[in-house]
Amino acid sequence: MPYVVHFDEYTPEVRLSLGGKNASLGEMTGAGLAVPPGFAVTTEAFTAHLAGTALGREVKELLSAADPSDPGALEPISAAVRARVEAWPLAAEVAEEVAAAYDRLCHQCGTDALPVAVRSSATCEDAPDASFAGEHDSYLWVRGAAEVARHVVRCWSSLWTARAICYRVETGYADTVVAMSVGVQKMVRPIASGVAFTLNPSNGDRSQVAIDANWGLGEPVVSGEVTPDNYLVDKVLFEITSRRVSNKTVELRVEGDAVERIELSGQRATGPCLTDAEIKAVARLARKAERHYGCPQDIEWALDSELPSPDNVALLQARPETVWSRQARQPVATSTNVMDSIVSTLCAPIHTRPQSAT
Amino acid sequence: MSDRFPSPFEIETPPGAEGWEELYPYYMVFSEDRRVYEDSMFWFQDGIHWPTAMTPWDATFFEYAIAALSQYNTRHYLIPPALGVDARILNGYGYLSPVGVADPAEIEARVPHFLERAGFYFGNWDRLYGQWMEKMRALIDEMESVRFEALPEKEDLEVVTEGHGTGSGLTLAVSYHRLIDLALKLWQYHFEFLNLGYAAYLDYFGFCKQAFPGIPDLSIAKMVAGVDVDLFRPDDELKALSRAAIELGLEKTFAVTDDAEAVMTELRSTPAGQQWLERFEAVKHPWFNFSSGSGFYHTDRIWIEHLSIPFGFIGNYVAKLAAGENIDRPVEQVRAERDRIATEYTELLATDEDRAAFAGKLGLARTVFPYVENHNFYVEHWSHSVLWRKMRDLGRVLAKEGFVADADDVFYLKRTEIPDAIIDYYSAWAVGVSPRGPQYWPREVERRKGILEALRQWSPPKALGNPPEVVTEPFTIMLWGITSESVKAWLGGGSDASGGLSGFAASPGVAEGPARVIFSADQISEVEDGEILVAPLTAPSWAPIFGKIGATVTDIGGMMSHAAIVCREYGLPAVTGTAFGTSQIKTGQRIRVDGSNGTVTLLDD
Repeated sequence: MPYVVHFDEYTPEVRLSLGGKNASLGEMTGAGLAVPPGFAVTTEAFTAHLAGTALGREVKELLSAADPSDPGALEPISAAVRARVEAWPLAAEVAEEVAAAYDRLCHQCGTDALPVAVRSSATCEDAPDASFAGEHDSYLWVRGAAEVARHVVRCWSSLWTARAICYRVETGYADTVVAMSVGVQKMVRPIASGVAFTLNPSNGDRSQVAIDANWGLGEPVVSGEVTPDNYLVDKVLFEITSRRVSNKTVELRVEGDAVERIELSGQRATGPCLTDAEIKAVARLARKAERHYGCPQDIEWALDSELPSPDNVALLQARPETVWSRQARQPVATSTNVMDSIVSTLCAPIHTRPQSAT
Repeated sequence: MSDRFPSPFEIETPPGAEGWEELYPYYMVFSEDRRVYEDSMFWFQDGIHWPTAMTPWDATFFEYAIAALSQYNTRHYLIPPALGVDARILNGYGYLSPVGVADPAEIEARVPHFLERAGFYFGNWDRLYGQWMEKMRALIDEMESVRFEALPEKEDLEVVTEGHGTGSGLTLAVSYHRLIDLALKLWQYHFEFLNLGYAAYLDYFGFCKQAFPGIPDLSIAKMVAGVDVDLFRPDDELKALSRAAIELGLEKTFAVTDDAEAVMTELRSTPAGQQWLERFEAVKHPWFNFSSGSGFYHTDRIWIEHLSIPFGFIGNYVAKLAAGENIDRPVEQVRAERDRIATEYTELLATDEDRAAFAGKLGLARTVFPYVENHNFYVEHWSHSVLWRKMRDLGRVLAKEGFVADADDVFYLKRTEIPDAIIDYYSAWAVGVSPRGPQYWPREVERRKGILEALRQWSPPKALGNPPEVVTEPFTIMLWGITSESVKAWLGGGSDASGGLSGFAASPGVAEGPARVIFSADQISEVEDGEILVAPLTAPSWAPIFGKIGATVTDIGGMMSHAAIVCREYGLPAVTGTAFGTSQIKTGQRIRVDGSNGTVTLLDD
């Protein structure tokens, strides 16, 4: 098994070596869903670093003193383990493969020293009965092959934060079965970003994609800090059936490798943050994710400023929509008898005027 | 914003049109006799079919059409909540008022009858429609067989030797009566299926809206479109003839087509031209019995009688073909798209029961679609062409006797005055003296022409009387595109806050360009490549200019109006039913038409 798998080379056979998060990115890439390009450092690399090595034995020894009922005592143990893991030199083959993969990614994106996100994708995060979400580290705006390698190791070491150790002990996960893959993915500098649902969250209409969008990064949309622009797009014709452009008060903008918070006013606040073509591109992406997963999706997306519009919509995350999807859908037809239905229609005809474009 | 439209009794007669009431039947004008009722109703001007003032005889089809529509609602199928549509003429313009059934118990009582009667038609649609086609063709043959000939100097000898016992005067009188009775029959045929067709559409529309509240009207319309319908045949035949002209090397002949006679002469002079003419002759009946207007005015020009119209279109197509352009309607694409759309919405429905119900409704909508589209060609175009032609034959007879100066003046007589003129002519002929007609009618026709001229200058209000709380009459919504919202917009004056216009999102896409505002078919030739057509409405026979324009805006009409259907077929953005397009947009002004959202933006003042 290789130490590195590019997302665009993903096959189901490597799934177990990637952890759920990375496998999902690989799967989406394979399905033509435009996730930002990147690669996974496999669990085999992790194993090569720790399993059967002197480092592995050292870690085991340090951990034998850990007592989860005494969280205060865990901290120094955690610090010691992490220091040892991070100080241990990376195997040459692993270092070479990571460097080569990073070079390929830079080349693919047409730039040197491409800033990337380095994220943990531990195998235990995929366990159905325990959520390790947020237990492990992620690093943003990492540049250069050496730095990437260093942060891959830092991700590995985040398996031994005091919290993670404690959590594993409590949930009964033995350290020996835990392994970690690490994702390395292009950082998107978004013009605008937001979320999209593949149904209308206000009435459950499955024919619509609902999009919330703001300038810059998507956090203020997700957190509800801004009232985003809101669009509805018909899934079949990809016509925009409703648009509500809001007064967007704040933007999180990436400047250099830092995120700045900018108060908005004037045209940028009150004008739309997406063009019609971009709105439709986001809707198409959401619909594609829905088709791929076979159920309504709730996605996060961003418009990559380094790619040409409107082909620059990146899928950051996709997960099943949960609110309407959990309810049994009510049928519309009161009868399959057309005549009965015509009578009720004639007695209470609908208005055929479009309700959109308000 | 006013809360009601002007009362019909407040409307003044335009200067110079005094006495206009006498040009129409006594029961077709607003009167003190029915004032309380008339003032209580909502009346809208039917600009789709009768956009300008009607001459006395032309009002015949207005009367017949509306009565026939009504009879099927009220007396044949017993549409539960809807009686007919009442009609009046005011200052020469047609106003309509939908009449509902007020009493819920009566609505209830009509339901079983409707189920039985309409159910029979829906259940036997294809067979009955096949029968309708045969009836229509027989009726057209019968109309064609009507002859109007001048009364002879003396009756033929056989009249005596065969013991006829009747003479040419009776024949003339009977011919006229036959013609107008056939016209009434035609209009009864016209509505034999139409109301039911619209009922099926409405039910299908309603289901789609309920299942998918956000579904664009356009999707709903597209799922039934794309079937080959006869309404597109005339244009398709023009294209085939244009291709034939290229094959036969006749590009030059069609380079200039203003003088149709010169084109004909040139065609007759060469073997290739003669070959082309053979093809032309083979298709002109019936397909070029096509009116350049709504078909409701004797002045609407008919292709076979004005060959410069089809020749002009052919000239345009020939030029496009010569330049290597594709002039085909994307029929296959439209059909494939239709099937894709239907499949995707079907997949999005909640349950198999819904999918079954949807399949039933969509199937019925598609079953009724060919009739709903085709009847217009058979009735308003083909049959009316014959009727206008026959009336002109009568006009020529009367003109020859001096009753009217010109054959077309016959349309300034009321339908019910013509039998009088015929009897005047006949009895004077019988006696062997001069009739009064030649003294009386030319003078009267001149006076009436003056009145009509004054009426045509007048702008009719969109609506009169008491606006309804909600518009619920299904055919008013479906056919005339009149909804509670449009009534409200009329009261408010039409434009939205930004000075733009809104209407039905009838055909998707966005287009920008200079506007070309035209009011009648005579102005079609003014339209230039890339312009946006702005018109009160469009007629099916305008199809050939849809290859030139960038988008369409109409004052009148809904999702199923002809402009909407044609634009969808041609893949052009359209906004219909804007009410004020022709009055607010000026030729040359740049506008943006958003056919997906039903808005028109005026880009410069």
